[in-house]
Amino acid sequence: MCLSIPSKVVKIDKETNLATVDTMGVQRDASLDLMSEDEVKIGDYVLLHIGFIMNKIDEEDALLSLETYREIIAQMDEEDRQRVILEDDNCANRAF
Amino acid sequence: MGLELKNLYDDFRNAETIKAYAKIIKEDAKKLEKPMNIMEVCGGHTHTIMKYGILQLLPQNIKFVHGPGCPVCIMPKERIDHAYVLAMQSDVILVTLGDMIKVPGSHGSLQNARSKGADVRFVYSPLDCLKIANENPDKKVIFFAIGFETTTPMTAALLNAVINKDIKNIFFHINHVTVPEAMAALLSDAACNIDAFLGPAHVSVISGSKIYEEFPRDYAKPVVVSGFEPVDVMQSISMIVKQFVEKRCELEVEYKRAVTHEGNLKAQELIEKFFEKAQNFRWRGLGDIPRSGLRLRDVYKELNAEVIYQDILPTQEINDHKLCICGDILKGKATPPECSIFGTACKPTTPVGSCMVSSEGACAAYYKYGNMI
Repeated sequence: MCLSIPSKVVKIDKETNLATVDTMGVQRDASLDLMSEDEVKIGDYVLLHIGFIMNKIDEEDALLSLETYREIIAQMDEEDRQRVILEDDNCANRAF
Repeated sequence: MGLELKNLYDDFRNAETIKAYAKIIKEDAKKLEKPMNIMEVCGGHTHTIMKYGILQLLPQNIKFVHGPGCPVCIMPKERIDHAYVLAMQSDVILVTLGDMIKVPGSHGSLQNARSKGADVRFVYSPLDCLKIANENPDKKVIFFAIGFETTTPMTAALLNAVINKDIKNIFFHINHVTVPEAMAALLSDAACNIDAFLGPAHVSVISGSKIYEEFPRDYAKPVVVSGFEPVDVMQSISMIVKQFVEKRCELEVEYKRAVTHEGNLKAQELIEKFFEKAQNFRWRGLGDIPRSGLRLRDVYKELNAEVIYQDILPTQEINDHKLCICGDILKGKATPPECSIFGTACKPTTPVGSCMVSSEGACAAYYKYGNMI
């Protein structure tokens, strides 16, 4: 029930206080009643829940998280690489 | 590099990232002095854990205790009976969200009421009530409101619309509950064995992470507020384990892209305008938890279906079927497979307890994804 979905704002109607949002190709309207005036802009990423926009997704924080994930994967890869090298050092069948 | 919408889905479900965190957790967990029990409060997190097989990725000394964060699951039978009784009134259209339709009360579910001629409607948004009321001016539309802090502001927004537009035929039956009181009640239960909490994602978007400050401070229990995607959950578990290894006890936010300390202040103002804490709310399985439920402020009693219909609404507390152990499951004392009727008498098509019906219920999660174990 609390599963809310990230969406992108594509249109804002100030008269009805509704935003049109796009969620991976599906468009729907959502109420802006829970957001302050002018807080939401076209192009913003927002979280949608039961027909309302709940908040804006902080792009910088999202990108920082993705950067963290890239780093830990790189580190895993590096550790794996080093371990493979070390194992190889113990290889008895070395030609030299 | 810009952010695209698909990044917000795919990158937080990435298998490589999940595996990397599994490795980190495994290494750090070796330094844990004793086994750790993490309670994921929210039913949505239970589903992520089951769906992505996260239990299998964790070392043996980290276990999950499933929390009561499922608003339908914790609804006591007598309240479901309220919905049923209201629905059976001939001039009433009962409107509610999601899974409430199938939850069994003592007379049956709202779906059963519908088959007996009751006008029961399931809506996506509380605002849909406005259209229903407009199209049925001679009927009383009663919105049976359920949910935690995530959903309460939307009910408040509907209340605001009803007052501003002077709508005469919409009424409210409020069953909103709050998370921190339930978490505290669980910790005070001596049999409860929780070392840390995975904090709810979207409750926290509305309320801010500030609502969990008491847990590390007064109960010495760390809280990490986690997003719903599997990478979020893995990162949060990693953060919890690191806290234990480094002997820290803090409130941290993993879900930084959506959760701030203060939360959505406008939503909080709307909630404050219409609601106050009720003395008690009886939670299925957990019993009475003081100040954990919300009630409409007295100034709005003309909109309050519980007041208007008090003569016909049942007051007796009703307990569950004796074989149903949803209560213990909601307290984290038992898991669904330990229930004698799990998967046999109690299945999603023939639910005995709410935990099997609700999309966020632990039993429903185990039933749907449990074959993977």
